[in-house]
Amino acid sequence: MKEPEVNLELALEHGLTEEEYNIICERLGRTPTFTELGIFSVMWSEHCSYKNSIALIKTLPRSGGRLLVGAGEENAGLVDIGDGLAIAFKIESHNHPSAVEPYQGAATGVGGILRDIFTMGARPIACLNSLRFGTLDDPRTRYLFEGVVKGIADYGNCFGVPTVGGEVYFDDSYKYNPLVNAMAIGIVDTNRIASAVAKSEGSPVMIVGSSTGRDGIHGATFASEEISEKSESKRPSVQVGDPFTEKLLLEATLEIIKEDLIVGIQDMGAAGISCSTSEMSAKGKSGMDINLDIVPLREENMTAYEIMLSESQERMLVVVKKGKEKRVKEIFNKWDLNCEIIGYVTDEPLLKIKYHNVLKANIPPYDLVLGGGAPVYYRDAKEPEYLKEITKLDYNEIPEPECISEVFEKILSSPNIASKNWVYEQYDSMVRTNTVVGPGSDAAVIRIKGTQKAIAATTDCNGRYVYLNPKEGTKIAVAESARNVVCSGAIPLAITNCLNFGNPYKPEMYWTFKKAIEGMGEACRFFNTPVTGGNVSFYNESPDRAVYPTPVIGMVGLIENIDNVTTAEFKDSGDLIYLLGEDYEEIGGSEYLKIQHNIVKGKIPKIDLQTEKDLHNLILELIKRKIIKSAHDISEGGIMVALAECCIINKEKPIGAKVHLPVKTREDLSFFSESQSRVIVSLSQENKDAFEQIASKSFTPYTFLGETTDKIFSVNDQYQFKLEHLIKLYYSSISEKMNIV
Amino acid sequence: MKIKFGIVVFPGANCDHDAYYATKKVLGYDAEFLWHKEPDLKGSNAILLPGGFSYGDYLRTGAIARFSPIMDEVIKFANSGGIVIGICNGFQILLETGLLPGIMQKNINLKFICKDVYLRVENKNTLFTKLVDKNVIKIPIAHGEGNYYADEKTLSELEKNNQVVFRYSDSKGDVTPESNPNGSLNNIAGIINKEGNVLGMMPHPERACDTALSRTDGALIFKSIAESIYK
Repeated sequence: MKEPEVNLELALEHGLTEEEYNIICERLGRTPTFTELGIFSVMWSEHCSYKNSIALIKTLPRSGGRLLVGAGEENAGLVDIGDGLAIAFKIESHNHPSAVEPYQGAATGVGGILRDIFTMGARPIACLNSLRFGTLDDPRTRYLFEGVVKGIADYGNCFGVPTVGGEVYFDDSYKYNPLVNAMAIGIVDTNRIASAVAKSEGSPVMIVGSSTGRDGIHGATFASEEISEKSESKRPSVQVGDPFTEKLLLEATLEIIKEDLIVGIQDMGAAGISCSTSEMSAKGKSGMDINLDIVPLREENMTAYEIMLSESQERMLVVVKKGKEKRVKEIFNKWDLNCEIIGYVTDEPLLKIKYHNVLKANIPPYDLVLGGGAPVYYRDAKEPEYLKEITKLDYNEIPEPECISEVFEKILSSPNIASKNWVYEQYDSMVRTNTVVGPGSDAAVIRIKGTQKAIAATTDCNGRYVYLNPKEGTKIAVAESARNVVCSGAIPLAITNCLNFGNPYKPEMYWTFKKAIEGMGEACRFFNTPVTGGNVSFYNESPDRAVYPTPVIGMVGLIENIDNVTTAEFKDSGDLIYLLGEDYEEIGGSEYLKIQHNIVKGKIPKIDLQTEKDLHNLILELIKRKIIKSAHDISEGGIMVALAECCIINKEKPIGAKVHLPVKTREDLSFFSESQSRVIVSLSQENKDAFEQIASKSFTPYTFLGETTDKIFSVNDQYQFKLEHLIKLYYSSISEKMNIV
Repeated sequence: MKIKFGIVVFPGANCDHDAYYATKKVLGYDAEFLWHKEPDLKGSNAILLPGGFSYGDYLRTGAIARFSPIMDEVIKFANSGGIVIGICNGFQILLETGLLPGIMQKNINLKFICKDVYLRVENKNTLFTKLVDKNVIKIPIAHGEGNYYADEKTLSELEKNNQVVFRYSDSKGDVTPESNPNGSLNNIAGIINKEGNVLGMMPHPERACDTALSRTDGALIFKSIAESIYK
């Protein structure tokens, strides 16, 4: 096959700009070959280079705390948890593939993030995922939702990692561009951490795992454009997942790391061999001589260009210690996996790619990579016009509903609030027998066998808040994720982020992104939870509109003593219920406004980071001293929803509640307010004095709300609900909507 | 004598570590992994075929694992009266070997299901249940194909010989359509062979052995097996 002539036009077709093409020619001192053009185009795509985000990302706190490896240094961040153990964790998006091929798009998203974890030598111990779709009355949304959930389920279940939590939201803004963010957590001995580096001349470079096919070519470039009618034609850019091979790859990879046979290892995700060879070489200030003739292929007549750009899944690049090739091969043979030496590390920092005895590419790896020669841009930023109008909301124009009970039931059964059991019962949440608290709670809790410790994890982001106020909305996302892990008894450790935004070339979008990063940085510095890494996903737009800006926060916390694990549900009747924190009747951007009045407007709830931190300190103190039996944060839906959840989260053993909720001006405003930094706790009568003593010495206001009872949820003697009825509303809402044919 | 559980590791098994942890670390028996390519049971007193997705379950569940080199030894062991327990994928593999009758179909809702279920213990007079001291136990399921099917004749044989050991039920032990998670005939969750030394069950007892996970009923099954070997 004759290769096309390389010129500016071809470069533009590859998604490069004229300026970028000129830089490439200048750096090489010649016109790139076709293969080289392909390599540059994927390596300099938004997806691999972070060219429009990295400048701002670098303003985030990326070290300190218990971080062992800072953001961007390796495939995932690493946090020390003591006992010679560390936690590796990261979140990543697979939005665009999932928009056109939901099942494989989501499945390979899970596969990719798992490889990021075990390539560091860490065994994956849990997955979470953060999903956004349109509303369920739309048939295509139901198709996407069903496919994405099944894709995540089939991959994680077969691989054998428990999917323990996450979040799902439904809103029109995500109709054509769903968000599929997958997070994985792994555990590793601190003296067995593997690095993604290539060094030491003559070390063999091996490709291991699946064969290479034509799937996923230009996947990274596809992820760097807006969704349009043409996207359907990109379906072949979506890779196909094979969780069984990934499971074998995991076991083999951990064996070669354990036996200390390797110099470095990196998984192949976006940009396949191009990315792994160049990044590993650049990190080691070395080069590689690669012979593509040896790469195991699954299709005939593949070109060098195709082999370099293939995004076939379940592959890794391994730089083996000299003399250990044989042992590495033995291990991969045991697991029936490919393992071939495709080249050697060189001291000369050049990536030389040969195929059929022709030098197809000869590029300094440094020029290709993020942090090296890949471009870095600051874009124009401009405050969007819509923000001026949309924050105005006169409460007097919101009619007070006639029937509070009816509104409450409507909110409780809104798919954004209702139980996601339809989703999480399709996930194996228990395999590996570490899941102390599974899905459906504020945070998932995973014990660490052989220690007294456990890890709490959550993902959070209210895109509606961020849309209405990018900076404060993002601060709330961080604060809420911290609050969620605190409610489970954990100290917040660090975060990973998945930044889902629109097109950064639009000044309004770039401004929004910038503000979100500012808010995230401020909150993370305040809570001492550095950013360990993550992922930026731009171009989440369809011809109609951009998605709500959605910077998802994946938070991990540490529970030193597993006896301190605390859960949200009320435990026994006859206990006392208290509110920690204060209500300000804030309904801007609330679920109530959206559900009852179809309004997305107003000032979002204010967030004061010191108030939030005071609350965390109080809760952790109450948990440590074993004074409270439950803790549940108040978020979307407000206090009435949160109380109902405390009653029915344990479906097997529902506990009623009889409460008096203070009303400042109007019942609807008080009951459905989403004021931040609030938590509901319950305790036995005998701990009343101890509780009040500690709480009164703290900076957090507290209010006695009432007592737990039998089968009724009763509010202000006026509104009464049978728990059986609430259980039906809460647990059947999504499955009922999914069963419409 | 310390009882030794031999846990077969098929490629794609993912509950092998859980079974090992439950039998060895939690319950204090001996346990050893048996690699599927090596036809050697290494002196195990009981063989455990763990859950997971052997060979990805890309063909019919258990259909390829059944031909692993170790399976000839497992079948010989079972035919000479040795205790064999197959859990989830292990149960599916046992069906493929013919050590147990019947087949598995996809769950009736066509979805994977992971949740706690209640099981009515139908036969407490087996090698696997002799120490179960209650009528209803709580053990989680996690499978996509647990919808047990057998022809009428086989089914009536199973019932007549008391080979149905566990049935999906509600918390009170009532066997109802609502308590059947996957469409299994007669709410069947676990069966033994006619001789009584081979058990297949879809629920995961190894996930229910540990107070830290708030589930302990599964331990009764492993304790029963150990007790049966002692006697």
